Amino acid sequence: MSVKLPIYMDNHATTPVDPRVVDAMLPYFTEKFGNAASRNHSFGWAGEEAVETARQQIASLINATPKEIIFTSGATESDNLMIKGIAEMFREKGNHIITQAIEHKAVLDTCKRLEKDGFEVTYLPVQKDGRVNLDELKAAIRPTTILITIMYANNEIGVINPIPEIGKIAKEHGIFFASDGVQAVGKIPVDVQKDNIDLLAISGHKIYGPKGVGALYVRRRNPRVQLSAIIDGGGHERGMRSGTLNVTGIVGLGKACELCQQEMAAESVRLAGLRDRLRKGLEGKLDEVFINGSTEHRLPNNLNMSFAYVEGESLLMGINDIAVSSGSACTSATLEPSYVLKALGVGEDLAHTSIRFGLGRFNTQEEVDYVIDKMVQVVTKLRELSPLYEMAKEGIDISKMKWQTA
Amino acid sequence: MAYSEKVVEHYNNPRNVGSLPKEDPNVGTGLVGAPECGDVMKLQMKINPDTQVIEEAKFKTFGCGSAIASSSLATEWVKGKTVEEALSIKNTDIVRELALPPVKIHCSVLAEDAIKAAIGDWKKKHGIEVPVAEKAAH
Repeated sequence: MSVKLPIYMDNHATTPVDPRVVDAMLPYFTEKFGNAASRNHSFGWAGEEAVETARQQIASLINATPKEIIFTSGATESDNLMIKGIAEMFREKGNHIITQAIEHKAVLDTCKRLEKDGFEVTYLPVQKDGRVNLDELKAAIRPTTILITIMYANNEIGVINPIPEIGKIAKEHGIFFASDGVQAVGKIPVDVQKDNIDLLAISGHKIYGPKGVGALYVRRRNPRVQLSAIIDGGGHERGMRSGTLNVTGIVGLGKACELCQQEMAAESVRLAGLRDRLRKGLEGKLDEVFINGSTEHRLPNNLNMSFAYVEGESLLMGINDIAVSSGSACTSATLEPSYVLKALGVGEDLAHTSIRFGLGRFNTQEEVDYVIDKMVQVVTKLRELSPLYEMAKEGIDISKMKWQTA
Repeated sequence: MAYSEKVVEHYNNPRNVGSLPKEDPNVGTGLVGAPECGDVMKLQMKINPDTQVIEEAKFKTFGCGSAIASSSLATEWVKGKTVEEALSIKNTDIVRELALPPVKIHCSVLAEDAIKAAIGDWKKKHGIEVPVAEKAAH
């Protein structure tokens, strides 16, 4: 069977919308276009009904109740709202927030802004496997700590944090626990009750739903979490997020969650199988490849690998019919290699050689086999071109060389 | 980022890839950059001591497509030139030829440095003093 090119294997960045999701959304662009806040006619009622169905579908996926779901424009907004909303509401109680080094920028930059505003933030380091150390978390708690915000699973390395344990620690100390669930929700079981999560950020487009829509879970019982809004206006979403609801997007997000709930068990097994095939294929045919982050506590669809002596961007250029991403500096605007890999203690030389594969619902075994062959071919070619590979083969320890740095 | 056609062409068909014997008195080796910066270039030239003509040039590069193209182009340009002529190659010439965007200018700087370093190494082997101005600009 021939493979259709280009191949998309960057599903941590975004996912295509599932055709079943598109079908669910379509009527809400045209016939059922009503404003969900229009309480006095059938167009409005239809919109409101669709929104409430979506709320139910999302709540069901994470074991919450529909009233605990707030709609937003996406997970960046959800992250901002959960952190700034708690910070502002509970500022009198304390000014300390705990997070960790490899959060998404939507969390890190929000925390940095709060620091300018008088808050104190602890950025916990991560272990070599990419997970938060629970003893370090406990040690960081102060009487003034009001919020712990730690992601469920990382977007670069797919490593899953010990969330139930973190939730328990937060609860014992009476501290709110917020989690960026973007990469985990819909991919692995997430249960806000079992995990003691108080706030959870969700994105539509990472789970085969549309872009521009997200949700925030806000716990209503045990304890009831109150948030200050960051967007003022008509008082939608129980005052927590004003703005006319994006009904079509919300319908899509709801449907996407429903499909994830129905298919997660089978899909995660299938994706883990493809991921392991990819890993074994690459490890079997190439020497000096290294997996970044824990292999045990990892999303089923993620593989992040360093291909020593081959710079990531040149590798991407060689595999231009495959869409993946690299932790190489050259692929970022800042010319800095991935801060995530750096925090794991991956040397900058290896960070420059990393590739993130994000498998998804629509990837096939044929595609995986094509990617293995192509990767092996390009890595081999670039290693022949690499002075570092040549030196390593001559037995020179590159890490001990004195390099002329700019 | 979209690459210029010339960068893609050099990346797909790099010229003069390989190594020359470092110990050969007529071979100058330049190794510039650093792995943690994501760019390392090795440029070697075989120089005729009588005519000072660069008879052969080889490179190996760890780096992005623009770095590979810059060093590939550098080997093409220095071949057949005298040492003096090769030293007059400027990074801006490489930028122009490959249509490098501002964010990739450092690749051309590295290539110029590699040329200077290789010639410097050859001069050292022949007891010729290397003027400070010719040393790599780091």
